Amino acid sequence: MNASGQKRQEPEPLIASSSQTIGPFFHVGPGAGDRCGVVAAPGVPGERIRLRVQVLDGDGAPVNDALVELQHADANGVRPGPVEPGDPPPAFSGFGRLATSEDGACCFETIRPGASSPDEAAHITVCLFMRGLLRHLVTRVYFDGDPALDRDAILALVPAARRATLVARPTGDGATWEFVVRLQGDRETVFFDV
Amino acid sequence: MTDRHVLEAGSQPPLLYPPYKSTVKRAPAQPLIIVPGRLTALTTPVYGYLPIGDTDNDLTRQHIGEPQGERIIVAGRVLDEDGRPVPHTLVELWQCNAAGRYRHGRDNHPAPIDPNFSGAGRTMTDADGRYRFVTIKPGAYPWGNHDNAWRPAHIHFSLFGRSLATRLVTQMYFPSDPLCAYDPMFQSVRDPRAQQRLVSRFELSLTEPNWALGYAFDIVLRGRESTPFEGRV
Repeated sequence: MNASGQKRQEPEPLIASSSQTIGPFFHVGPGAGDRCGVVAAPGVPGERIRLRVQVLDGDGAPVNDALVELQHADANGVRPGPVEPGDPPPAFSGFGRLATSEDGACCFETIRPGASSPDEAAHITVCLFMRGLLRHLVTRVYFDGDPALDRDAILALVPAARRATLVARPTGDGATWEFVVRLQGDRETVFFDV
Repeated sequence: MTDRHVLEAGSQPPLLYPPYKSTVKRAPAQPLIIVPGRLTALTTPVYGYLPIGDTDNDLTRQHIGEPQGERIIVAGRVLDEDGRPVPHTLVELWQCNAAGRYRHGRDNHPAPIDPNFSGAGRTMTDADGRYRFVTIKPGAYPWGNHDNAWRPAHIHFSLFGRSLATRLVTQMYFPSDPLCAYDPMFQSVRDPRAQQRLVSRFELSLTEPNWALGYAFDIVLRGRESTPFEGRV
């Protein structure tokens, strides 16, 4: 309140910059020189895994021009701290960024993350950018067989019938987990508004 | 445009926007699941180690010779919705050359490649959220979306900010470009104020005499109260 008893006017918030598509030619840009598929360097404590992310469009066709970004906590559930310019590269950056290939897939080298809190299951946060997406999509990768899936607060927001779209499954070698993003269709992946 | 299209309120374009044809098979059909902010607070910079080189903010000095075209300065501030600066955050950009050609294997526009222009840059904002690039004004180029479709001259920007919610990939346009009226990407943003947010402004104070024209482009990341700054700026 001001002296005359009127509620003080809050200044109008600025209108946020609109998202625009990353387009088909981002390969010349973000991280062009250091596109990083290694999220955790060899020797970082934890169970080493590969995460293969494949993106399929509404026809089930591979999306060969997507940019996939991921971030996750370390094996103890701790997110990496800030990195200042000039710091040496951390062994565990917790961040990865790759473009998909002709098969619509890309493969990250990392460690299996731990859960950060008791009401959360271990997961990897994924941002997807591509031609045809005016805004990027955000989803989460959980791990099949994790007993904590039943108590994860965010998974609980998802209709039960759709939760399986967020669960990666191990492939033959046991160390490679596969996560398929379906942009449309009856098994459309769940995406989040964050 | 007809009201058949779902137009979303506020500053952000819809996911499905049929005039931009690639959205039709790629926009999710199901509604997004809304996540409360407390569950997604990522308070650290959400990128890993991305070293920045000496010429990364000057796209005209990345090769032995100078690129062809009109040298320009693009500078501005990165702010949150309360107008507070976002300091020490990564800003990446990429663009085609002056002739409208990307240095990219899938760009088959028959315009010349410039051997002295890669078209990518990156920098960090300073303590006041300021950034500055020197580059070449990009050309317009045709694309296959519809008959006689041309993209207005634009520069792609990518920013992280401080949380998952502030991640932004956008495009900067140039003032008074007649192609914006015909561009489905620009027109997917319906709010005129939001459209203007994407258009840079000629700025004499950024212009360097006998060297380069200056364009001001401020970027506003989503979110308020993202950092506990003292007072407004």
